[in-house]
Amino acid sequence: MLNIKCPYCGMRSQNEFAYGGDATVKRPELNKEVSDKEWDTFVYFRKSPRGKHVELWHHVSGCRQWFKVQRDTVTHEIFKTAEISEEI
Amino acid sequence: MQKYSVFSLIKNAFKGHKDWEVAWKDPTPKAEYDAIIIGGGGHGLATAYYLAKEHKITNVAVIEKGWIGGGNVGRNTTILRSNYMHDENGLFYEFGMDLWRRMSQDLNFNVMYSPRGIINLAHSDAQMNAYSRRGNSMRLNGIDAVLLGREEVKKLVPMLDFSENVRFPIFGGLMQPSGGTARHDAVAWGYARQADSMGVDIIQHCEVTGFNVVNGKITGIQTSKGNIKAKKVGLCVAGSTSVLAELLNMNLPIETHLLQACVSEPIKPLLDHVVTFGAGHFYCSQSDKGEMVMGGDLDGYNSYAQRGNLPTLQHVLTEGVAMFPFLSKLKMLRTWGGVMDMSMDGSPIIDKTHIQGLYLNCGWCYGGFKATPASGWTFAHTIAQDRVHELNKGFALNRFNTGHLIDEKGLGTKTWIS
Repeated sequence: MLNIKCPYCGMRSQNEFAYGGDATVKRPELNKEVSDKEWDTFVYFRKSPRGKHVELWHHVSGCRQWFKVQRDTVTHEIFKTAEISEEI
Repeated sequence: MQKYSVFSLIKNAFKGHKDWEVAWKDPTPKAEYDAIIIGGGGHGLATAYYLAKEHKITNVAVIEKGWIGGGNVGRNTTILRSNYMHDENGLFYEFGMDLWRRMSQDLNFNVMYSPRGIINLAHSDAQMNAYSRRGNSMRLNGIDAVLLGREEVKKLVPMLDFSENVRFPIFGGLMQPSGGTARHDAVAWGYARQADSMGVDIIQHCEVTGFNVVNGKITGIQTSKGNIKAKKVGLCVAGSTSVLAELLNMNLPIETHLLQACVSEPIKPLLDHVVTFGAGHFYCSQSDKGEMVMGGDLDGYNSYAQRGNLPTLQHVLTEGVAMFPFLSKLKMLRTWGGVMDMSMDGSPIIDKTHIQGLYLNCGWCYGGFKATPASGWTFAHTIAQDRVHELNKGFALNRFNTGHLIDEKGLGTKTWIS
């Protein structure tokens, strides 16, 4: 069981959260010409590192906020959580 | 190579089983090979076997970080099937079903092939319609499919919950009678033994630490046992694909996720089919030892842990108990996890790459085991001929750029979509 510290509600069990994937993926700028390649990379291609991973979680059964988590994908240790606008 | 038979078994029994040859050797790596396969799992060993058998390329090394059969080939739930709707998948997996049928004879190793039939349960009229469409597509591709009504399912699997007041009543199901199971360890060992006998070097406990690429061509690999030269290198490492891709500065449409399986304590013979739940993700069969073998959803977040977490197991087994109420009375014997190379459309990739001489085999998601022979066969062809075969043409890496996705279930890494 993961214990995740929601930046708004504090420490809660994994059961209250939904996973949102890699948080480092950036959507191509709006109102800018986007090549197919840029768009495909945004939609489908991921680094999937073995080790530290910055990811999105959704406190779906709590405050319903999205936030960032820095977690180790091998040990599942959570180093840091942050609001969506903050850098990790 | 020593042939396995009832006679060799009796002969060796009289000698106290002391004179059996080793099944495969433990060589030190040579300086150069014609082809190197990275990953000594089912797919890697099968690739080496078909390179030697079909293409007469025997100067081959299989490089394995751990030991043979220690990864996903020894961690799956051993199910064989080809009940896919899309042509790319259906034809590919059905080709594999033919190889499964004769595998024990081909490998001179009893893989305990058991075509006991797989039944996907349907829990609504809409699902029955979808299954009849899938069944028709399968039959057009020469795959056996039978649409079962509620009463027919009841005859085959009477211990399912057929009561009237359940949340997901059973309307019927789609059956592939030729689906079934095989002993997964035997598949790895059988391929390893035959590949070794034809001259393939199986190098265990050897980690790949880098690649040598000169002018866009692969020239060799760096390993914990030194540098090895080769003009052709095949990547066949399932959940570790992204780790090796990073060494090559390649970005892939893959995420590594954890999938769990479990077995109950052994009980008397009860279930003689593979049965899957249609209103969630749970499947179950009974092993020859009597254990109920069960599996279902991913843990749901990127993971290389090879061990699972309890909330997912609880979720999966809740579905199991909804299907088979008797499961709640059984004790759990073992649970374990493996790391899956989840592709974004849920279908695999067997293709060449932008680096000449580097070939990619990944994206097996939940279903790598059944693909073992077909994957090895087509990957060997792709490596030996330097071009994809008709059977794996659809499993192209660039389909994510061109839009030719094979969205069998449209699932990929996002389990919540279902």
